[in-house]
Amino acid sequence: MILALIEHDRGEVNPASLELLTFGRKLAGSMGTSLHALVIAGPKSLAEEAAAYGAEVVHMAAHEQLEDYAPEAWARTLTQLMDAEKPEVVMAAGTDRGNEVLAHTAAMKDLPLATNCTEVRVGEAFEVTRVRWGGSLLEDARLLGEPRLLTLAPFSTAAERLPDPPEPTLRSFAPTLSERDLRVRMKERLPIRTEGVSLTDAPVVVSGGRGVGSAEGFAVLEELAGLLGGAVGASRVATNNGWRPHADQVGQTGSKVAPELYIACGISGAIQHWVGCKNSKHILVINTDPEAPIVAKADYAVIGDLHEVLPAVCAEIRRRRGT
Amino acid sequence: MNILVCVKRVPETGARIVLTEDGQRIDTRYLGFTVSPHEECAVEEAVRQIEKHGGQSTVLTLGPPEAVEQLRAAMSIGIDSAILLETDGEEWPPMPTAEAIVEAIRQQAEAGNTFDLLLFGNESADAGGYQVGVRVAQALDLPCVTGIKALEIRDGVAVVRREAGGFWEVFEVPLPAVLTIKEGINVPRYPSLPGRLRAKKKPVLEIKVGTRAGGLQKIRLRTPEEEASQVQILGEGPEAAPKVVDLLEELGLIPS
Ligand SMILES: Cc1cc2nc3c(=O)[nH]c(=O)nc-3n(C[C@H](O)[C@H](O)[C@H](O)COP(=O)(O)OP(=O)(O)OC[C@H]3O[C@@H](n4cnc5c(N)ncnc54)[C@H](O)[C@@H]3O)c2cc1C
Ligand SMILES: Nc1ncnc2c1ncn2[C@@H]1O[C@H](COP(=O)(O)O)[C@@H](O)[C@H]1O
Repeated sequence: MILALIEHDRGEVNPASLELLTFGRKLAGSMGTSLHALVIAGPKSLAEEAAAYGAEVVHMAAHEQLEDYAPEAWARTLTQLMDAEKPEVVMAAGTDRGNEVLAHTAAMKDLPLATNCTEVRVGEAFEVTRVRWGGSLLEDARLLGEPRLLTLAPFSTAAERLPDPPEPTLRSFAPTLSERDLRVRMKERLPIRTEGVSLTDAPVVVSGGRGVGSAEGFAVLEELAGLLGGAVGASRVATNNGWRPHADQVGQTGSKVAPELYIACGISGAIQHWVGCKNSKHILVINTDPEAPIVAKADYAVIGDLHEVLPAVCAEIRRRRGT
Repeated sequence: MNILVCVKRVPETGARIVLTEDGQRIDTRYLGFTVSPHEECAVEEAVRQIEKHGGQSTVLTLGPPEAVEQLRAAMSIGIDSAILLETDGEEWPPMPTAEAIVEAIRQQAEAGNTFDLLLFGNESADAGGYQVGVRVAQALDLPCVTGIKALEIRDGVAVVRREAGGFWEVFEVPLPAVLTIKEGINVPRYPSLPGRLRAKKKPVLEIKVGTRAGGLQKIRLRTPEEEASQVQILGEGPEAAPKVVDLLEELGLIPS
């Protein structure tokens, strides 16, 4: 049996879990086994959702002290269900929470864990392909342990809803939790205040790097983003220099964005930046150096000083609009 | 306050990653080395907390002898001392890495050096296992919060925040505790020249640990296939502006 942990936030399923179920359904098929799901402290609607994406049995875990997310308590619940059901594979989505819960689970059970896998091959050995370096390298590895513990890299599998979802078989599960399992619990949750369009939702991202030269230099990027209803992004050099807040950073240790158009101004295209913007539909580069690595990887480029090119672009937009 | 920060030496890759022929590692002949930005921020956070609350800080790495370079870099911005768990250069999987770190922490405790706070990166830059910090916390039976972007210590309690889908999640954990840090918690300072000179004189405890395998066994590394792109040069300098705006119109990106 394969056991998939369903991630939800106060009852709302994380889309990465639907990808996980689709992946799990296919893996179960190839291993000739069944797919079960675990929902911790969630509503019955989640079980229906899990069944619609391929879970044959859904374990509904409930405990009076478990209302909100609590990493160790979730992991303890999972290990207790593992003890009872003896799955061959246990998996979660490779999200912050998914990786956190499985890391605790692995540590509690003294088992290895392969995070952010994109593929599993089951033959004589259990082999996985996982992403490293934030997505710029792949690793083929052998994974040991009983059960095998892994997380699935988000966006590596497309979620497929079954055309005729069956009624899920529900099983309730009551974990035994100690005070220790509940020592790390969310105290409160506060909205993050953001102005304008967010980086990850914007149709256009105008990003600046070292070539922008200063915090003030970003005014012209702000102006273009404003005209296009977009957001301003930055390379790590720009955030490290304090020109932009870290929330604007695109890349391996910043946000991953996929807008209609990504405009990279004064950015060279280091691999750690590239992994954050490469999924954009179109990429336009403005760089003084025609040899900058990002130029060859982009769809469009203007060779020139961003402080000359961007004002001219803004002026041209205004001229055509007649404003 | 006594703080330990764990960092991992990784190559500083450029625009393209080149692998060795056997696919076992990154070809580092022409590369410098660094640590993950999350870990740089963890180092900076340790220095700031000690500046605020007093006490001392230690940086630890498990890696080849050359990793002393990353330890000195941390000491040059204010970390007091270092521990090098010296390997023969092979990369260790997360399980034995955590075990070796736990052993070193226990040895320190026996020698009278107990840590109130253990800081890790949320994930290492190269392996991205998302687990060494959590494993250390479980082995030492300490509370652990991952992905921290704000930390305040009040009366022996760490009040921490992390981001989750448009919200700040706030947690409170009593010390001692393990926290894994994300970039953005602070902006790390640059080392000063006197800082670098002082770092050369700070103590580094070297402990040989050899090699150890774990249950995640690397077979090979590969570079993912990149879709070939044909760049279209729209022009040079400000004269290219009309072409750029044509493109924006074509893509339907100019709001009317
Ligand atoms: C583990 C790790 C994680 C990292 N994570 C990230 C990350 O999340 N995001 C990230 O961005 N980086 C990240 N980095 C850093 C990354 O490796 C690069 O150092 C960084 O992306 C370079 O930023 P840049 O392109 O702005 O600067 P540079 O590489 O210095 O490039 C500046 C570019 O600007 C051009 N230029 C200069 N003046 C002008 C001008 N007037 N007009 C137009 N063009 C001009 C130059 O030709 C050059 O191409 C990470 C590094 C490591 C080791
Ligand atoms: N070899 C190592 N030496 C010291 N610390 C390490 C090592 N490997 C991982 N870590 C720490 O554990 C964190 C998580 O690593 P990982 O589980 O590989 O993503 C890193 O950010 C480091 O803080």
